[in-house]
This record gives sequence, C-alpha cells and structure tokens, in this order.
Amino acid sequence: MTQLALVIDLNVCVGCHACVTSCKQWNTSGSAGPLLDDNPYEKDPTGAFFNRVQTFEVGVYPDTQTVHFPKSCLHCEDPPCVPVCPTGASYKRKEDGIVLVDYDKCIGCKYCAWACPYGAREIDEGRKVMTKCTLCVDRIYDETKPAAERKPACVMACPTNARLFGDIHDPESEVSHAIRERDGYALMPEWGTRPANHYLPRKKTEWQATAESALSTYGVGA
Amino acid sequence: MNPAVSVILLTVLSGMGQGVFVMVLLGHLRGATPHFLILGTIASLLLCGLGLLASFFHLGRPERAWRAVAQWRTSWLSREVIALPLFMALMLLYGTLGLFGGRGATLVGALALFACVALWICTAMIYTCIRFIQEWASPYTMANFVLGSLASGAMVALVLAAFSDWTMIHPLAISSLLFTTVAGVVRGLSLRRNARLVPRSTLQSAIGFNNPAITQRSMGATGGTFNTREFFHGRTVAFLRSIKWLFVLMGFVLPVLLVILALASGASGMIFLALPLQVIGLLLERWFFFAQARHAQNLYYQVIS
Repeated sequence: MTQLALVIDLNVCVGCHACVTSCKQWNTSGSAGPLLDDNPYEKDPTGAFFNRVQTFEVGVYPDTQTVHFPKSCLHCEDPPCVPVCPTGASYKRKEDGIVLVDYDKCIGCKYCAWACPYGAREIDEGRKVMTKCTLCVDRIYDETKPAAERKPACVMACPTNARLFGDIHDPESEVSHAIRERDGYALMPEWGTRPANHYLPRKKTEWQATAESALSTYGVGA
Repeated sequence: MNPAVSVILLTVLSGMGQGVFVMVLLGHLRGATPHFLILGTIASLLLCGLGLLASFFHLGRPERAWRAVAQWRTSWLSREVIALPLFMALMLLYGTLGLFGGRGATLVGALALFACVALWICTAMIYTCIRFIQEWASPYTMANFVLGSLASGAMVALVLAAFSDWTMIHPLAISSLLFTTVAGVVRGLSLRRNARLVPRSTLQSAIGFNNPAITQRSMGATGGTFNTREFFHGRTVAFLRSIKWLFVLMGFVLPVLLVILALASGASGMIFLALPLQVIGLLLERWFFFAQARHAQNLYYQVIS
C-alpha cells in the first residue's frame, strides 16, 4: 500500500517561504476555487494557507541555531481528523494515503481542526469549508506534465531541495532511504497519529577551515 | 480554545432541556398534574430547539447540515446530530400522548429517557474523545455535562412547578439542591484535576528538538490566521480566574443558598432569582470549559500564547 509523504530536511531549509507561496499559488488556481486572501495589502492580512514556515531559535547564546520549520498536513497514517468528521467530507485515500477534504460535503463545523494536534487544517473563511494540504493531488497524477514535474508545488519550488516527496511504504524510495539513513522523525509521536511526513534532524558538521581547505575551495593547490 | 457562543448555547440549553425532561418523568412517576407534565415537556422542547438552532450558527455551511448524520459509525458529533432530534421527536410524542390522554405515554417517556441518556453521552464524548486536549479527555467532562444538565433542569422545573403543581415544589427543590451541590463539588474536583495537568506535548516534541531552550521567532504569518483565532481566547489569566470564581458562585453556590433560603423561610420568590443566576453561571462555566482547554497546536504559536 502506498503512503505518499513529504520529508523535510531541516539542515538545508533556509526559511525563504518559496514553498508557502508556490503552494498558495498552485492551490488558489485550481478547480476547487480560490483560497481566501483577506486584506492582502491592508493592515491585518489573513487567509488560508496549506503550508507555513515558522522560525525557532534553539539553544542558548552563543550555542544557538536558527531553525526554519515548514509545517503542513502530515498525512497521518492514523489521522485523528478523519473519524470525527460528521459528514465524511474528511477522508484518507486508500490508494495513496493522502488525507483530503471533499469541499462539497464539508459543513464547516471545524471539528476536524479541533481534532488535529498539529494545527494543520485551516478553514477558508471565504468558502466556509475546511481546507488543508492535498499533496497537490491535482498535480502529481497529471499526465500532461513531464514526469519530473509530477511533484507537489512546494517540492518543485524549494531552492535548496529541502523537500523530498515519495512513498514512505516503499523501502527503496528516496524518502524511505532518507528517513532510515538520516534519522527521520515524526512530530508529537506521543499521540500515536503516525504522521507520514517526516523531518530530517540537524546534523552537526565537524569541520575546521584550514589554509589548504580554503585554497582547495578556490581550486588552488591540491 | 476560543469559546464559540453557538456551541456554549447548544450545550447549555439542550442540556437544560434534558434535565427538565428528567424532572418531568420524575413528576410522571410521582403522579404530578398533567399541567406540570405538559408545561415541562414544552419547556424542554423549547430549550432543546433553541440549542439546536444555536448549533446552526456554528456551521460555515448550515444548508448542508443534513449531511452530518452520515458518519454515525465513527463520529460522536454525527451521533449527537441524530440523538438530539430523536430525543425531541420522542418528547413531542410523549407530550402529545399526555395532552390527549393517549395510551403508551409511559413507554414513550422511557424511550425518550433512553434518547436523553444517549444524547448526554454523545455530547460529552465529542469533547472527551479528543485525547490531546487533556482538559477535556477525562470522565469529568461527562460528569460535568450530565450534572450541570440535571441541576439546571431541576431549577427550571422548580419554577414551572410554582405555576402548575405545588405538590412538586418540595421534591424539585430537593432535587435542585442535590444536583446543584453534587455538580458543584464535581466541577471543583475537575478544576483541581485540570490545575495539576502536565501537558504531554511540549515544544520539544512539537518540532523534534531536544534542547530545553527553544524560542519562537516567527509564526509564519504577518497578521492573524485561523490557528490564532480559533485556538486562542486572547484573554488574560486574571480574566479567566474571575470567570472561574463567577461561575462557581453564580452557577452553584448562590443557587444552593437561595433554594435553601426558599425552603427554610417559605420565601418562594427566591427560586425566581436562583434560576437566572444559575443559567448565567452555567453559561460562564461552559465558556470557561472551552477557554481553559489548551490545544496541542498552540505550541506552534508561542509568540501569542
């Protein structure tokens, strides 16, 4: 059984928000209708986004690091948001594990958002229905696109290749390798939701600059 | 959580209606006047109907509300959406049979009681089943909902009895006293439990860094988002504390004192004061129930929490 997911490499995310804007662009232009953008140029801009990048500072000065932390729906293997939905609008696809909302069935009761510990769902206050990351389900199967572009918009947009996309149930996939070999972890494991999306932790690079290394960087010496 | 007026009204009003109906059945068993039974059933129907009406205001797409009955196999909310109208329909039938002296009122009353209990379970489980809202994930939620419902229902029935059946005043005053006292004590215990809660999720488990020192520098949006509006009430700790004392006083302590005063001195006017006090107190109690709940997602919004 396939379980599509994103694996996010926190070593290389630079917090540029390209994934946020490309996500918004793709998902506001689709057949499901535009995602709300309220007051975009005024004092309190707000709107529905499927993906957000937050920034945390970890550690105490001088031993600190800035962590840019992209967060979208984790497409849990045991999603708590699905069974609570009274209408069946919220569902998890059997064929690829994507958690989706049927916008035509959603009554906008927000109970699924309450039932998600990650805050991954946002109501579209214009359309009055719950929205969330679809893993660009309307893009990844689009056969009119070249195979290399059949990836979520955020993955395509990431300039540092911090976002990997694939089937975490296929042990030979790029994402499975990354999770296995680079200690990929899930968020809030304590609730047993088994998020499909994983994060690759920061690895400390032990490297001292020397005269030789500096010169070799510029192709001098060696 | 940011308390929603619609949900506060739904749970408090329909709960009150359920309590009134239990008192009607009590009257039925004690041979109360048909006047009291009919008046009580109408009051209960009215309260549940107002609660149902309020619930529509919680929906983004109320015109699709009928779809909510679909997932009764998995969703407590869906089950509530079935149980509430079922309870009201059975009450309507009970009242009609009572009014026209039809047979089988007792049987229908028993069925309605069954639906009433089912509704209590559904309503409380909607909150109890969200395991990571630890303030809600406890048997206290069910106890508070049921006892609050019985206490306020007895108070409404007591006022109705003053107009329809004097023989019911004493037993209802005792019921009101009993349920309000027990409800108050249990609410106190749940407040104590919640004050001692240790959140299972931390900022460390939320972003997966084990360092004890984590500070949020950006929450990823300039203005507010759904996540900051839905899950934060934006009130101060002092405001929350004053609401807590206010609901303990208005919902439980003062009504008990007023009913005791009415019983002891025969000053029955006190119950007309006790009812509005308790209703406001229980509305504040429900507001506090929502406001006190700390959602796990709030960990991602350290800047405003």
